[in-house]
Amino acid sequence: MAKRIGIENSLAVAEAVKLARAEVIAAYPITPQTHIVEELSQIVANGELEAEFIPVESEHSAMSAAIGASAAGARVYTATASQGLALMHEILFIASSLRLPIVMTVANRSLSGPISIWNDHSDVMAERDMGWIQVFGENGQEVFDLTIMAFRIAEDKRVLLPVAVNMDGFILTHMIESIEIEEQEKIDKFLPPYKPVLRLDPAHPISMGPVGVPEIYAEAKKQQEVALLESKAVIKEVFKEWAEQFGRAYNLIETNGPEQAEVVFITMGSLGETVMSALDLINVQGDKARQVRIRLWRPFPEEELLAALEGAKKVIVIDRAVSFGTSYGPVAGEIRSMLYKLKEQPEVYNFICGLGGRDVTRQEFKQMYELAEQGQYKDKYLIWGVREND
Amino acid sequence: MTREINFEKITAKNIPTESLISCGHRGCQGCGEVLAMGMVMKAAGPNTIVANATGCMEIITSPFPQTAWKTPWIHVAFENAAAVASGIEAALKILKKKGQIKDKPNVIAFAGDGGTADIGLQALSGALERGHNFLYVCLDNEAYMNTGIQRSSSTPFGASTTTSPPGKKSKGQCTWKKNVAMIAAAHDIPYVATASPAYHLDLMNKVRKALAVEGPAYIQIYSPCPTGWKSKPEQSIEIARLAVQTGVFPLFEVEYGKFKLTQKTKELKPVEQYLKLQKRFRHLQEEDIAYIQDKVKANFEKLQKLCEL
Amino acid sequence: MNYPSWRTLELGAAITTPGNAAELKTGDWRTEFPVLDEEKCVKCGLCAIYCPEFCIHEDDTGYFRADLYYCKGCGICVHECPKDALTMQLEEK
Repeated sequence: MAKRIGIENSLAVAEAVKLARAEVIAAYPITPQTHIVEELSQIVANGELEAEFIPVESEHSAMSAAIGASAAGARVYTATASQGLALMHEILFIASSLRLPIVMTVANRSLSGPISIWNDHSDVMAERDMGWIQVFGENGQEVFDLTIMAFRIAEDKRVLLPVAVNMDGFILTHMIESIEIEEQEKIDKFLPPYKPVLRLDPAHPISMGPVGVPEIYAEAKKQQEVALLESKAVIKEVFKEWAEQFGRAYNLIETNGPEQAEVVFITMGSLGETVMSALDLINVQGDKARQVRIRLWRPFPEEELLAALEGAKKVIVIDRAVSFGTSYGPVAGEIRSMLYKLKEQPEVYNFICGLGGRDVTRQEFKQMYELAEQGQYKDKYLIWGVREND
Repeated sequence: MTREINFEKITAKNIPTESLISCGHRGCQGCGEVLAMGMVMKAAGPNTIVANATGCMEIITSPFPQTAWKTPWIHVAFENAAAVASGIEAALKILKKKGQIKDKPNVIAFAGDGGTADIGLQALSGALERGHNFLYVCLDNEAYMNTGIQRSSSTPFGASTTTSPPGKKSKGQCTWKKNVAMIAAAHDIPYVATASPAYHLDLMNKVRKALAVEGPAYIQIYSPCPTGWKSKPEQSIEIARLAVQTGVFPLFEVEYGKFKLTQKTKELKPVEQYLKLQKRFRHLQEEDIAYIQDKVKANFEKLQKLCEL
Repeated sequence: MNYPSWRTLELGAAITTPGNAAELKTGDWRTEFPVLDEEKCVKCGLCAIYCPEFCIHEDDTGYFRADLYYCKGCGICVHECPKDALTMQLEEK
């Protein structure tokens, strides 16, 4: 029987990695990821998980060791955040180009400078073109479930790509929630041992990561891109199977609120739940606003989003990072570009909020709604809550 | 406390003949680096997984769709060969423990001196400190040759490179070569050695020893580069031999902390004999050569003292 | 050289044919090639040990000969031969 316990979300993630029977864990400590890897090293030290824990000397080496271990045929996990993810930058792209099914938790945190340990999405947004499948969890249960599903998706022979599971730093990592921890036996059935297609094996020597001459580089990139785009179907399948086996249903995006509402909030990560609560305030006067929460960020679920935005007159995109020197935050930029395909395009309002851990309340989301209703900041972005005057 | 390292010794009579790096690689004429790497692989044998840093050896052996490698090989990036190797080693360890593979192959990381002494030093130190059972080989050709002969911290004093050019205000490389073998030894790992392709039996037996110990091993191999050193391709072995005979690149090993000189040289030859074969040193004045001579002698004596301990 | 399409390219552009660089003729880089004087040769094989092309092999008669398909003509074998049994000769084209 699955057991429901009150547990810190980071420990639940460690539990998920244990249930997934990860074989090599290479990690370097960084706030707010630390609780995950501390717990995992304890689990390995206790002999509860047959795995090698490599306490690497940097995140650059964490990702490098993860690649080596995955190429040698092991199931591999790592976790990081912020500067750590940035330090991995170079190697993240190689992990996906080598088609290695590594799973990584990103405990989302802002990027320096000034140095900030608190939550936003500037770390992962700087890496959004890394060629990984990227999902966002909104709460502890979701992150627990997504972590196990991530291995299944990554290792599917039609996919073979690394997966990053994003969870908001502190807001999720350090929160104690009531989480259903599944049984080992059921997880083993859902996630069989990893069987690599290609691996470093003296019985069948292969060369991985050769020089990509101009005659082949573009083909390699196309192959990678097609694999990422086509992973969407596999992700749907895995979500469906998870729902059947464990009773918790997930979609690439989630929608809620009155269907006829013409104003639509778009969020990614834990702020989705705050918006959910804000809708109750906003919709007191009628069916004014609804909401779309993006779970799958890469590959971008365009088809699903377009369907969800049908009938929308105004779209309020909540970004958690600045895309410096351009017209929108990273999520809003994608949404705008996607909407260009429509004949009737809704107006886009972009609020970049919660930077560096700044709280955003349901009242503030109501204010954003009101600004959008008045047509203020139409087709513009606003960095929310910034003091303009001393 | 001395510990015996048990390994199958290579003599003139049983040198492995099968090259695990195929013909048709794109190394320059007279490349001492690919020769040294080939010797390492002969000693290691086919049951070996290689992690190769970006650099000449990666470029000349792997332009798609052709590979010169007959053993499993992976290239990831420039500075992380040691980290990649530690991941491979950890994976093999757990896969063997779980019964998914029968035996654990050798794991060797190859990197040049730039990938070792400069950009890869942190990853190397981490992997050595963590005690992974693998061999790290630094193929030391004393500059960034692949990018066009720029200086590294392993470039010897006085050498002309494209970023340490001699001029009115410069004698070429103005710093002394970084001693990474000593840095490796400071990690107190089971085995550290220097080697030279001119002393092929010594080199191959050092590889055998390095692979026989349980834990990390580091070998720095002097790798003549005719292109970068502006030397004659046919003289690569002669230069490698002179580097040892003059004390410029002394051959030694450190077994479980015990230093031992492994070269036969009793009397060091003058460094000038070595320097004059390479145009990278041709601008040096008499006083520069005298400085190098003094420092080489002093360093050699220091090493001898360490060996007496 | 034949290059695959993105569809048939191995995962991550891996090369699954070990040692297929041997298809590449590097012998045409050469301007000179080594010639063996069998009278002087003592079949010590040092030339093969020091050959950076790994292209000198012992034949049925025990002599070591360079495979000219690959020999780049560096001259190390000639320079290192302890018996001066090898000489470099200019390619005629």
